[in-house]
Amino acid sequence: MTTGTLRRPPPRPAAPGGSTAGTRPRYRRNRPGIAYLFLSPWVLGALLLTVGPMLASLYLSFTDYDLFTSPEWVGLENYKRLFADDARFLASAKVTAMYVLVSVPLKLAAALAVALLLNRNRRGQGFYRSAFYAPSLLGTGVAIALVWRAMFTDAGVVDSVTGTFGWDTGGWINEPDYALYVLIILAVWQFGAPMVIFLAGLKQIPTELYDAAAVDGSGTWRTFRSVTLPMLSPIILFNLVLETIHAFQAFTPAFIVSGGRGGPSNSTLFYTLYLYERGFSQFRMGYASAMAWLLLLVIAIITAVFFGTSRRWVFYSGEDR
Amino acid sequence: MTTLSDGLSSRPTADRQPTADRRPGAAGARLRTAGWHALIIGVLALLLYPVVWLLATSIKPTDEILSSLSLLPSRLAPENYSAALDGIAGIGVWRFFTNSVIVAVGSVIGNLVSCALAAYAFARLRFRLRGPLFAFTLLTIMLPYHVVLIPQYTIFQKLDLVGTFVPLILPKLLATDAFFVFLMVQFIRGLPRELDDAAEIDGCGPVLTFRYVILPLLKPALVTTAIFTFIWTWNDFFSQLVYLNDPESYTLPLALRLFIDQTSESAFGPMFAMSVLSIVPVILFFLAFQRYLVEGIATSGLKG
Repeated sequence: MTTGTLRRPPPRPAAPGGSTAGTRPRYRRNRPGIAYLFLSPWVLGALLLTVGPMLASLYLSFTDYDLFTSPEWVGLENYKRLFADDARFLASAKVTAMYVLVSVPLKLAAALAVALLLNRNRRGQGFYRSAFYAPSLLGTGVAIALVWRAMFTDAGVVDSVTGTFGWDTGGWINEPDYALYVLIILAVWQFGAPMVIFLAGLKQIPTELYDAAAVDGSGTWRTFRSVTLPMLSPIILFNLVLETIHAFQAFTPAFIVSGGRGGPSNSTLFYTLYLYERGFSQFRMGYASAMAWLLLLVIAIITAVFFGTSRRWVFYSGEDR
Repeated sequence: MTTLSDGLSSRPTADRQPTADRRPGAAGARLRTAGWHALIIGVLALLLYPVVWLLATSIKPTDEILSSLSLLPSRLAPENYSAALDGIAGIGVWRFFTNSVIVAVGSVIGNLVSCALAAYAFARLRFRLRGPLFAFTLLTIMLPYHVVLIPQYTIFQKLDLVGTFVPLILPKLLATDAFFVFLMVQFIRGLPRELDDAAEIDGCGPVLTFRYVILPLLKPALVTTAIFTFIWTWNDFFSQLVYLNDPESYTLPLALRLFIDQTSESAFGPMFAMSVLSIVPVILFFLAFQRYLVEGIATSGLKG
């Protein structure tokens, strides 16, 4: 069989031109069995680890469930209590919203700025691109979160630097007004991944457009507004959706920097941190499931809004209009 | 399609640079290039400062760690590393290291096998539900893990597998990392179909075509998948925190977390020494495969 694949057959004109379309279905027919054989791990995973658990957690969100006794149906009780009777939940929602609203735009702005800066045909571009990307690989781990915790602690590096300017913060991580910014800075620090995607997008913009803009006497800013931004808008949308989804699910930095408690005074209590606390410290699995489904709902709505409004601000050059 | 537009767009830009240099203002252009390098190196220095700080701090004596702004220690403190190697809670660091390697390597193998099989089916084989199932795969990329976490945990708990590595590795063997399925599907779609046709004329069915035609050509996507899976699993904290409850089975991130609870400053040196040990594999992988990583992000991102 192997020798058969290696031997190149003589180019028999058995299926010249248009009749290829006629022969193809013949040997591709009756193959669904084999297709599902290839797909079998995926199908198992999709059913047992994705669809099944999704439906199960939807059901659990209407129950009281502590993992050890069987779930007890409580209707909308979990959802009602979340909004009416849980200050810590509302605090976590607020902190997370703030984190997403501030960190995502800043991260994308930094990514775009550095991508524009790097987008020259000069030596060293490849090296720089990789170096800027490095924080994206390191930053999600516990080690770097520990570094942040130490740098922003009382009498740490940042406090010492601001102290020389007469601003003694007492450590940002101990200060409810500043603690969240420690996490935002850590998120923005990892702008390398969207930057690499922006850079690849910038390289796809045809040079003719820039030449035409130059001929028309367009300045740098005008060219950026009228050529670069519209041509890049599909990638901006892509990065925006991806980074927003990621930001909503951030967990490790808040857990490490606050020591797992989301303090001081709930200022770093991420949504996922509270979900973990409810589900896996207090074993309120039904309640945590309700939180998980709310998170899914919020992410779905925001993604839908991004895509829904994209018609107005995303420009696809392939379109005939 | 992409390669075509790539070639079109990059060639004129490459031509433009030399002409700019030949103009009367060549000296100015060289100055501008120097300024460009200086600016970027300045930004990079600021950006990579925390990593350098970590490396420097790991060899500082404990009393200098927080107070001293200088990156250079007054004396080297190898005792940080010997303390880190002794580990924490009576368990040596190699135990944590081995556990992390088991989880990461298991995940890599799982993703490579399951995602390649699924991607081939989605990219090349015909079956009735292909469209809807692939759309479903794309949707699950956006699915927050928390929505499936609690029932998954319940299942593994009923099977008495909580505390083992199975809940961390098994999902990868079942192709739940939709991102990599997508990445490989895009890659296979870019391979010329004539190769499949030739193999079929030679009498190869889908299995042999996959084995002898697609798999060898898929190598770049496999390498990208392997590296990303390794690094992401290595850095992963949340699912390991949920599933591993016995210190003997702790991975490096979980071991590092134990240091947070130790408030005394004497724990800082060993903590950062162990932090360095935990990021060394990531840095090595990055240095060895940075081209694959950056290209992988660029292409898979763009085609989304």
